[in-house]
Amino acid sequence: MQVGIVSYGAYVPHYRITPQEIGRVWGTDGELMSKNLLIFSKSVPSPDEDVITISVEAARAMMKRTKVDPRLIGALYVGSESHPYAVKPTGTIVCEAIRTSPNITVADYEFACKAGTAAIQTCMGLVGSGMVKYGVAIGADTSQGAPGDPLEYSASAGGAAYLIGSEEMIATLNHTFSYTTDTPDFWRREGQPYPSHGGRFTGEPAYFKHVQAAGKGLMNLAKTKPTDYAYAVFHQPNGKFPARVAKMLGFTDKQIEVGLLTPQIGNTYSGAVPLGLAAILDVAKPGERIFVVAYGSGAGADGFDITVTDNISNYDRKAAPSVKELLEKKRMIDYATYAKFRGKIRMQEGEVS
Amino acid sequence: MSTARLWRENPSRYNLAASKCGVCGKVFFPPRNVCSTCHRKSIGKMEQLLLSGEGEVYSYSVVHEAPSQFEMLKPYVLAMVRMDEGVMLTSQLIDVDPKEVDIGMRVKTTLRKVGEDGPAGVIYYGYKFTPNP
Repeated sequence: MQVGIVSYGAYVPHYRITPQEIGRVWGTDGELMSKNLLIFSKSVPSPDEDVITISVEAARAMMKRTKVDPRLIGALYVGSESHPYAVKPTGTIVCEAIRTSPNITVADYEFACKAGTAAIQTCMGLVGSGMVKYGVAIGADTSQGAPGDPLEYSASAGGAAYLIGSEEMIATLNHTFSYTTDTPDFWRREGQPYPSHGGRFTGEPAYFKHVQAAGKGLMNLAKTKPTDYAYAVFHQPNGKFPARVAKMLGFTDKQIEVGLLTPQIGNTYSGAVPLGLAAILDVAKPGERIFVVAYGSGAGADGFDITVTDNISNYDRKAAPSVKELLEKKRMIDYATYAKFRGKIRMQEGEVS
Repeated sequence: MSTARLWRENPSRYNLAASKCGVCGKVFFPPRNVCSTCHRKSIGKMEQLLLSGEGEVYSYSVVHEAPSQFEMLKPYVLAMVRMDEGVMLTSQLIDVDPKEVDIGMRVKTTLRKVGEDGPAGVIYYGYKFTPNP
């Protein structure tokens, strides 16, 4: 059974902070950091936003664009590394908020930055096997970087939701290919507020090895070459890695331009590739092919070969905000406000942090 | 507030579930089992109605001395909003500079955190308003 994307929705919090402002506080050259990471600003969630509220906003945007009855959704998975609860699913609240039937299977996923694409793969299997009619896959994060750590310049917030089905698809998911090894490049232990990482070790043996392996494996499986694709989107921990890996795999800067959001909003972790793909679907035309590779530390990469269908011409994209509109709706904040919003200030007992 | 009470209110807090009198058509939020106008005539005739989530600011106040739960958000706008269905809701108006708020401003609901029972307790979610351009 051919499986594909029936609808999608995106959400990005509207506060932003610049690397220059972060650098000003920590005595580092924020301008140089911005240049090295190719990040001009990053999104910051409001104190009343978390992965649940971001997932709900993205899922509601997804449902606004389609006439699919939410009671026909049989599975919902939310991928994130910043679920608000250690035990208590994010997905149950999303289900209630989009009014699915209680006859649904729900789980939260975690695989660093690729938990959202792992959710898409699960939905592909469930829909393709006929176990469910529609599945929802969400990738969202409100990622944290320790104060002063290089991660603080990139770790941001956002997410996107995908309705996977086999009818009225706006894009077909032709193939998927994954590559996974035990590579400890980035981690966060239970109870720790901030993640740790292996510095330069996150590059060659982790991101580049896995993204290239999944990308090459996907093209072998799909019997395609980079020139077959109108667009490509890769995981984007900063603005430079995706451009470099695209070049290694034979893609051009023009192919990755639309889906490269990190320079404007930073690294949205599990939301990064889902949001990049949403930005592409906002403008894609029938027949265009999209190459996708997500990466999650620890480590693994998920690749997708996607073709936009004729249905996108009749699809109500304007029923929800485009990624471009979400990026334009912004309010700059200083580091003090950022520290307050992100709970980096020690408060008196009893006050919300 | 007890977890059970908040759980019972989930349909209203997440999806603005209101009730509409099947006799006179009056809308109530939070939902009521009996219409305040038709009284016993409305028994068994109250219908669930999901509000559209859109409305306009009827009045507002800027809160500078906030309860501890909202300390991080101050100063914030607390607004009375006349929903398009006619009912009045009160909640925070967020993602906006208090100086930019006007009576009559179009707003829409969004789901946000509204509180939590401390760092180990349940987190409560509910509707807040954002500008609706």
